[in-house]
Amino acid sequence: MFLKQYLFFIITLILLGILFIFNFDAGLKATDVVIYSFKEMLLVLPPIFILIGLLDVWIPKETMIRLMGEGSGIKGILLAFLFGTVAAGPLYAAFPVAIVFMKKRVKFSNIIILLCAWGATKIPMLLFEMTALGFKFALLRLAINIPVIILIAYLMGILIKKDEIAAIYEKANDL
Amino acid sequence: MGNYIFNGVIYLIAIIFLIISLVKSRAKTKQALLKAWNSFKYILPMLLGVILLVGLILSMLDTNIISRIIGEQSGISGVLLASVIGSVTLIPGFIAFPTAALLLQGGAGYTQIAAFVQTLMMVGIVTLPLEIKYFNTKVAITRNVLSFVFSIGVAYFIGFILGIW
Repeated sequence: MFLKQYLFFIITLILLGILFIFNFDAGLKATDVVIYSFKEMLLVLPPIFILIGLLDVWIPKETMIRLMGEGSGIKGILLAFLFGTVAAGPLYAAFPVAIVFMKKRVKFSNIIILLCAWGATKIPMLLFEMTALGFKFALLRLAINIPVIILIAYLMGILIKKDEIAAIYEKANDL
Repeated sequence: MGNYIFNGVIYLIAIIFLIISLVKSRAKTKQALLKAWNSFKYILPMLLGVILLVGLILSMLDTNIISRIIGEQSGISGVLLASVIGSVTLIPGFIAFPTAALLLQGGAGYTQIAAFVQTLMMVGIVTLPLEIKYFNTKVAITRNVLSFVFSIGVAYFIGFILGIW
């Protein structure tokens, strides 16, 4: 059981070893990146996990449904954008948040909005983007991203069948 | 640096709510922490693999090479190339943006850069296994494909507007 879970990791470790053999410098560079990403993971995940743990335990399903579930309308959309925008951490940090949201029956399109916003409109990244690429660029990208994200979420709602979505939510329940 | 300020704020918020929770109910707080720990256990194995994969890819596709590839190609192939590279990588922001800025100074078009940045942020080929695990294959692939396609649209939009603004 343990081995199966870590199979992917073990394979990539072996690949790293192979890289070292063929190109030691590249191996070192890869290791640098790995160490950086690992540190980032340890830095970013704990508070997020604590917050979603607290949300899971303290916020009742009914409240979340009212705020972001079916029929929550614009409220749900805005909150989904809000959570995604004030987030910290890479995209993968959004996945556990999505799980808890699914447990609380947040609308599927709002979860997609959360994911896309977390990736594309995070404020810390926006600030960085403004300094590196200019205020106009960042503002423009933000402006066009909002309708695009809503469109993607809407399309996902159409493309993914109801029973598939239900199955995903069921899976989330067990976690 | 702004990234770490946000991270710090989130730590603060987490600690504050944790303390409030502790005061209200020790049992529930313990439950919350247990769930937090389980979330971590669930993501860890695959995430380690993803992190290693990112390292492997970035060792061969570093910022210099990316600059060269994207910088040299103009037109549609440049945009597509930038999109593909952005999709595959999971570069930390503090590396990606300066790289993009350098590209800009080097003469690359806004369209290519926008394509790179947009796909970098919204599309994740490397995180796909993780996304599949949390949702399902169809959802993960659909979201990424849609993001990819729209990213190209976004890129051209930005390129067009910045051409006249």
